[in-house]
Amino acid sequence: MNKLKIVVLLTATSVGAMAQTKKPAPKLKANTVSASALRSSLERGKEMYATYCVTCHQTDGGGVPNLNAPLIKSSNVVGDKKKLINILLKGMQGIDIDGESYSNVMPSASYLTDQQIADVLTYIRNNFENKASAVTAAEVNLIRKSK
Amino acid sequence: MKSVAYSTLKIALGALMIVCASLAAEAQTLKVPAGFKTSIVADNLGKARHIALTKKGDLYVKLARPVNGKGILFLKDKDGDGKYDETSGFGSYGGTGIYLKDNYLYASSDEEVFRYELDENQAVVKPESPEKIVKGLIARNQHETKSIVLDNSANIYVTIGAYSNSCQVQDRRQGSPGRPGCPILDSAGGVWQFKSDRLNQSYGEGIRYATGLRNVVGLDWNSQDKSLYVMQHGRDQLSMFPDLFSSEQSAELPSECMFKIIKNDDAGWPYIYYDHIQKKNILAPEYGGDGKKEGDTKYIKPVVGFPAHLAPNGLLFYTGEQFPAKYKNGAFIAFHGSWNRSPQAQEGYYVAFVPFKNGAPSGDWEIFAEGFAGVEVVNSPRQAQHRPCGLAQGPDGSLFVSDDVKGTIYKISYTKN
Repeated sequence: MNKLKIVVLLTATSVGAMAQTKKPAPKLKANTVSASALRSSLERGKEMYATYCVTCHQTDGGGVPNLNAPLIKSSNVVGDKKKLINILLKGMQGIDIDGESYSNVMPSASYLTDQQIADVLTYIRNNFENKASAVTAAEVNLIRKSK
Repeated sequence: MKSVAYSTLKIALGALMIVCASLAAEAQTLKVPAGFKTSIVADNLGKARHIALTKKGDLYVKLARPVNGKGILFLKDKDGDGKYDETSGFGSYGGTGIYLKDNYLYASSDEEVFRYELDENQAVVKPESPEKIVKGLIARNQHETKSIVLDNSANIYVTIGAYSNSCQVQDRRQGSPGRPGCPILDSAGGVWQFKSDRLNQSYGEGIRYATGLRNVVGLDWNSQDKSLYVMQHGRDQLSMFPDLFSSEQSAELPSECMFKIIKNDDAGWPYIYYDHIQKKNILAPEYGGDGKKEGDTKYIKPVVGFPAHLAPNGLLFYTGEQFPAKYKNGAFIAFHGSWNRSPQAQEGYYVAFVPFKNGAPSGDWEIFAEGFAGVEVVNSPRQAQHRPCGLAQGPDGSLFVSDDVKGTIYKISYTKN
């Protein structure tokens, strides 16, 4: 039963995102419905973070002053998923946050799979004093294809 | 009413005492060799990068970002109590480089170098109308700051950092190969020489004095052996090649190098890096290296190889009379502190010293002043409360250190007891 619910919910989210409705995309209730799926995504995301992100964004998500953007309590992290997914897919250079500039290059991580990107984004959206909905592989796939 | 006023006074006094106590306490957190004392002579200036002192002991500070529209601060100690108590500012641009030589003050933005005429007290005559001596230098987000120093023959040396980590086709992307014949080196990744008294120079008028230097922030002219010395920020992230380098190796390599520069020297970036453990120039993994293959012998070797990623931002050859003989003509280096050692603890955040004799190091480097970060261990750079950046020598031979987190200026003096 639970599994079925997850599938339905994930599909609903994908459809919602695909339809590009003006209403805010339906929020994933994964943390209530699919606690175990969320947990394993977070676990995989933690490993991804340690492998690909920690050098620049640091163990505490604090980034590096003047160079690498912080993830702590970050509106970029908890905000628009599309924007966030695109940062990973396309990379980024030079961003101003709260009057501070961060100049270093963030390379594109497009070589990661949709699931890997979803996992690591879900991880950062639920760590470093952030609390936001999970990102799914379907959402990443949609944005990867839409570019 | 009286008691309210009294309470207010008491609170104000209390606050003042707390401020004084914390200032004193902070200076005490610095650890220096026996016989030296430290004090905070200015605080909360902004992002204080390089500094320069006049013969009277007044202080010029270059700010990375202007504060209230002023990118250069001029500090005076009017009452002679050893702390700066009068601040004025000029220059609307942010930047790093500032250097005082004879009758001119030189300062850089990230694209230009200006000079300001000085009066007999080495105060700037016309703060709002400097002469632009260098313009149009490349500044592309990464390693964009320009540092400057003069020799004794009216030349100014300007560092132009490479806008890349290791000249990969895709910068900092895992496994991306190095660009053949790295095109960045035409206009960056080196030190350029210009005339200090000629206006509006750019690449066409300058000389690429040395190349293959990824990013130099700390540099000084050594008058004793009439040579330029530079501190290179070595490349990051050897771990982008996980088959060749573990994250531990990536944290420990490559060396942060001090180079003595002879005109036309090539320090080898991006093709090689210096491995201070093997004591060899090693071919970079982007250019076919495996951590063992050595690089072309045409590349110069450092005079000192420091541990990796410490980020040397200031270099000063000590010519004063105040410090003990061991320090005379030796090099002080301000290490800004690392970020590229994660998940291991970060390192640096101190001022180091290398003794020199007859134009060469005469002993091992050592930590001279530490404790700037204010925490025992820096796991993430933002935890550091202060980070050493610029160095200058006072007229009495004291050493001044700037911090670009809170804009604190430290003075380190030798008192014998």
